[in-house]
Amino acid sequence: MIRLARYLKPFTLMILIAIVLLFVQGMADLSLPDYMSNIVNNGIQQSGIENAVPKAIRLNEMKKLTIFMGADDKAEVLKNYTLIANTSSDYDKYLKDYPQLSKEAIYVLKKINQKEIDRINPLMGKAFLAVSGIEQIIADPSRAATAGSELGIDLTKIPEDMTLDQIFNMLANLPADQLLKIRTAIDKQFEAIGDKMVAQMAVGSVKAEYSALGMDTNKIQSNYIWRTGLLMLLLSLLSAASTVTVGYLSARVAAGLSRNLRKKVFDKVENFSNAEFDKFSTASLITRSTNDITQIQMLIIILIRIVFYAPILGIGGIILALDKSTSMSWIIAVAIVTLLSLIIVVFSIALPKFKIIQNLIDRLSLITRENLSGMMVIRAFNKQKFEEDRFDRANTDLTKTNLFINRVMVLMMPIMMLLMNGLSLLIIWIGAHQVAQSKMQVGDMMAFLQYTMLIVMAFLMMSIMFIMIPRASVSAGRVADVLGTESIIRDPQDPKHFNGSSHGVIEFRNVSFRYPGADEDVLHDISFATKPGQTTAFIGPTGSGKSTLVNLILRFYDISKGKILVNGIDIREVKQHDLRDKIGYVPQKSILFSGTIESNLRYADENASEDKLITAAEVAQAMEFISEKPEGFKSEISQGGKNVSGGQNQRLSIARALVKNPEILVLDDCFSALDFKTDSALRKALKSYSKQSTILIIAQRVGTVMNAEQIVVLEDGKIAGKGTHRELMKSCDTYQEIALSQLSKEELE
Amino acid sequence: MSEEKSKNSEKKSMRGPASSGNQRVGSQRPKGPMGFGPPGSHSQMQGEKPRNFKATMAKFMKYISEFKMTVLVVIIFAMVSTVFAIVGPKIIGKATTKLFEGIMGKITGAGSGIDFKYIGNIILISVGLYVISALFSYAQGWIMSSVSMKITYRFRKDISQKINRMPFKYFDGTSHGEVLSRVTNDVDTVGQTLNQSLTQIITSVITVLGVLIMMLTISRIMTLVALLIIPLSLIIILAVVKKSQKYFKQQQDYLGHVNGHVEEMYGGHNVMRAFNGEEKSAEKFDSYNNVLYSAAWKSQFLSGMMMPVASFVGNLGYVAVCVLGGWLAAQGKLAVGDILAFILYVRSFMQPISQLANISNILQQTAASAERVFDFLEEKEEVPETSTPVKLDSVSGNVEFKNVHFGYNPEQIIIKSFSANVKPGQKIAIVGPTGAGKTTMVKLLMRFYDVNDGTILIDGKNIKDFTRQDLRAIFGMVLQDTWLYNGTILENIRYGRQDAKDEEVIESAKIAHIDHFVHTLPNGYNMELNEETSNISEGQKQLITIARAILANPKILILDEATSSVDTRTELLIQKVMDNLMKNHTSFIIAHRLSTIRNADLILVMDNGNIVEQGNHHELLAKGGFYAKLYYSQFENSTK
Repeated sequence: MIRLARYLKPFTLMILIAIVLLFVQGMADLSLPDYMSNIVNNGIQQSGIENAVPKAIRLNEMKKLTIFMGADDKAEVLKNYTLIANTSSDYDKYLKDYPQLSKEAIYVLKKINQKEIDRINPLMGKAFLAVSGIEQIIADPSRAATAGSELGIDLTKIPEDMTLDQIFNMLANLPADQLLKIRTAIDKQFEAIGDKMVAQMAVGSVKAEYSALGMDTNKIQSNYIWRTGLLMLLLSLLSAASTVTVGYLSARVAAGLSRNLRKKVFDKVENFSNAEFDKFSTASLITRSTNDITQIQMLIIILIRIVFYAPILGIGGIILALDKSTSMSWIIAVAIVTLLSLIIVVFSIALPKFKIIQNLIDRLSLITRENLSGMMVIRAFNKQKFEEDRFDRANTDLTKTNLFINRVMVLMMPIMMLLMNGLSLLIIWIGAHQVAQSKMQVGDMMAFLQYTMLIVMAFLMMSIMFIMIPRASVSAGRVADVLGTESIIRDPQDPKHFNGSSHGVIEFRNVSFRYPGADEDVLHDISFATKPGQTTAFIGPTGSGKSTLVNLILRFYDISKGKILVNGIDIREVKQHDLRDKIGYVPQKSILFSGTIESNLRYADENASEDKLITAAEVAQAMEFISEKPEGFKSEISQGGKNVSGGQNQRLSIARALVKNPEILVLDDCFSALDFKTDSALRKALKSYSKQSTILIIAQRVGTVMNAEQIVVLEDGKIAGKGTHRELMKSCDTYQEIALSQLSKEELE
Repeated sequence: MSEEKSKNSEKKSMRGPASSGNQRVGSQRPKGPMGFGPPGSHSQMQGEKPRNFKATMAKFMKYISEFKMTVLVVIIFAMVSTVFAIVGPKIIGKATTKLFEGIMGKITGAGSGIDFKYIGNIILISVGLYVISALFSYAQGWIMSSVSMKITYRFRKDISQKINRMPFKYFDGTSHGEVLSRVTNDVDTVGQTLNQSLTQIITSVITVLGVLIMMLTISRIMTLVALLIIPLSLIIILAVVKKSQKYFKQQQDYLGHVNGHVEEMYGGHNVMRAFNGEEKSAEKFDSYNNVLYSAAWKSQFLSGMMMPVASFVGNLGYVAVCVLGGWLAAQGKLAVGDILAFILYVRSFMQPISQLANISNILQQTAASAERVFDFLEEKEEVPETSTPVKLDSVSGNVEFKNVHFGYNPEQIIIKSFSANVKPGQKIAIVGPTGAGKTTMVKLLMRFYDVNDGTILIDGKNIKDFTRQDLRAIFGMVLQDTWLYNGTILENIRYGRQDAKDEEVIESAKIAHIDHFVHTLPNGYNMELNEETSNISEGQKQLITIARAILANPKILILDEATSSVDTRTELLIQKVMDNLMKNHTSFIIAHRLSTIRNADLILVMDNGNIVEQGNHHELLAKGGFYAKLYYSQFENSTK
């Protein structure tokens, strides 16, 4: 994982922007419940009036309020209001909003910030409640005695014919110490209720004041709701826009990274020597270049869109939820702990089984594959029932294990739903008590509920990620392994160049070779030399090192000891490209590439003339079947040449090497799929076609090699004999043994 | 587990080229064992369509008819579970309303405070409802997973048995990978749909209906507003899906190109390097890779848009509900708790809707998979056995071909009017150039294929009058393709005769000269051959197949001498064992060795699938025809 991080460098900016946008998205998503809470709290419960600080208030009313404020508080409040009378310059402007202005002077709230509002909110709230309290008391004299004693004044003594205004006037003119007493009494009483509740309760008075000012209170309410709704809409848009942009960025980053990685891996692998191919295995390299990189691409998208987002959502949710109520935070903790333990329990039961499942699926496919590939044998031995039983056992095992996992996994959903729903109920129950104690408002409780759900979601996402990431990081590790591997065969810093002095001469000087990591040499002290225009044949049992020897000439591996010289130069001192330019190679397992016959032949030389292609095909004995095909040279070849027979494959592969017109032609046991007749015709044609070429030929059949100028007999990685057929028949036991197993004495003469 | 898993995936890709049908590009649903796909992964499915949806579904229904009652129970359980869950928000809403009223009463001083008893009761009721819902939901999942597992089990079993009843001809035109993919991918798809999608469909439909009803009971106008967002979201989602599918297909195509190129170049690494093809290969790779990149990010981006778009539309609904609900509540036309209930409903509305939008996709794909499985199961089987089979007490080994005509296609008869009489104990060598169709005779003898015309008689009885089992028991076969299975060596030899005792198995191994070699292996006869049976050499495998044939003790032998990948010493050994085996047996030998050919009683010379000459070595040489040319070409000295 981390080893690949540097490949993300070109995308740093994109990722950073994505993270910023994720914050935006998170904040937008998280603030939606808050606005919903506002709609409930302020919009519905408080008729759209947010606090106890009215936008405007009659001068008269303000006077009443200030009675219940200390001098400092009074100054603080009045500082924030402007008195407007019919003489004021902007009288007309305000008249429209406040029709009552035509009759009396009013105070209008200055444009002040939220902090200032929060400061005067409780002051105004208390004052409003005090005023309305007194008004209620006067309206209901039965309560006067008790209420008066609470306030520290004897309200029963107020003459009955006194108007409200007069009463407040009287109160205003009370001596300072008595007013202080009253204020302390009021403060004491409100302390129990709490500032928030005071403000909520005072909203009624504010609403009454707005009516008195001639304002449309219904409109205030619906305006508030619509305004909040609009804000929510904008936030949703913002959230959607950020999410889409994050999606765009993550897609670009993921696809870009995977493109770059794929390219890097491919370029790397193309320059691997066979040693690295052996180390990783071809199949594994293919998986690493394809599937693993696709995995990484998925991982990156998930990483950006979910792994980064979940903590933002989770942490943000927790902060906001705590803001709504700290005393209920334990519910969130309970939710997370329960959820995580559920996931841990379920997955600790199920995960080990998943591993088993994979094996069982493989087993089932294996048996099916065996049944298909061995159909002839199975039927020949009448083993259908046996195979069906074998399949049935694998099938039963798979079904049982699958069933177990499914039954555990289906537990997840109902329990999770139950958990979520139970959580909602718990929040409502606890929340109701909180609301009753005025610790929070109903809207806050609703918001808290939604925050809790978001937090649980975030944790759910994170826990899933913790299960998914390790899997993808295995892919990442495997890709990083490839990228971290250097080919052990590299071109020299200061390469030599072949000069024209000698031509097609290969010399092995005491060459020993062992495969990387092997204990023993495959080839031991091999020395021989070829001459231009001559054929050197190699024969020997399988495992004697024939193919290995050829691979060394092409420098697919580097030798362990000794020297291989081509035209007198050590092959390690020239560029691989230059070396291979000289060699026409026909591998043991002929490999054609997808395309046409022509494109395959031209693989050796893109600019080869048509005549050359035809000649090469003729020599390789391929012309006959090519011309039989309706499309001739343009006939399609599928990947690996699967649509032509083994023999045709080999002949095309030989023709391809011939198109190159190489100095050295290497034929690695490539006649095996040819019948005797074709084999012999091909050798004959080859001899006359490539008079200038040095031919190295590996064969199993004595008939194929017996006419070579030089035959090298290999056994157990050593040279068991060297010479012509005749010489070897006399001197070399191994050769004789091979020859006699294939042909009779007379035939060998 | 990850390491383990990756190994498996490697193995799979190793088999990749051989079983290309195994990975039907783009048609696979993401199969995390838990079904966690990447976000929006469902929408990335390519619309793979069955030829005949209705007929396939009808077949499918019939196939699962035995589970009809169980599925009905599942449906009822799912309904109960969903209904109980749906009632929840409304009840929660009620509690909230009560709470709100209580608090309002407190503020205005008019009410008597919060009615905790009422709220408590409501909450208790809801807990009950939710628990019942969860119980039913689990019961439903439990039952359904058994049903789907039983069905997938049966599907697989039927396919595996079907394979054995298929005529060989079928596999001429169908790759093994295709069949394999039916056992694994297609059956899995069907199983997954049964396991998840079926109940999902039920719960989605019921949720949508139920939520709709609940919403209507709360407020008609609010419901209308909430419903308006559905067509909106559907339009947007469909538009996005349509657009993304184009790129998705392109992505799949180019992923295929890139992977194909990688496979080809890595597979032919040596050839590519030998011909200095690095640059060419890199160029091709780049061109694919770049197209893949642009298709990948576009499809990724578009399919990734589904979620935000859906959630935006969801938020629209949320806002609409809040605003309208707030406004209505302010007018006193709606209770506050109903807003909460509505919010919960709208939220639970969106998911089943998008699931339903995808259902047709899932059903189509499932039907396509099921169709492939049914196609295979309904494929024409081997010609039925004769109803009155002949039984031979002892087989002497006389084989007669009478005017045999055969062609793999009826239009293309390759063996025309072939007749020959093989007496017991004779050796028949089949020779000819590569691809001449030498194994055809074997396939006819063992009735892997039936002759188009004429008859083949064993001891005077038409081979069609035997049961296949009896007929094949007469033959022992050793082919060039050394098929062994992933089991121990003992088990593999015993394959020749299941009831053979261990001593008999070892005796055959001794005759086949492998006893000594087996003892050098770890665990000896109990050594497990690996999945690719590559942990013993090709020659050793060949000898094991011979031991297997020896154990079967057949009357007639069919041997393929080709030992191309066997070293000389082992080859000698194999020849010796084969020569021993052929004594006293009528033998058909696909011959490569001249000594075998020369000593054969009858040589069948084949070319282009046809028997061009027949006779013994001397007769054929004297004739100076195809055989003579073939024979002499061996000794032509190319230097002369």
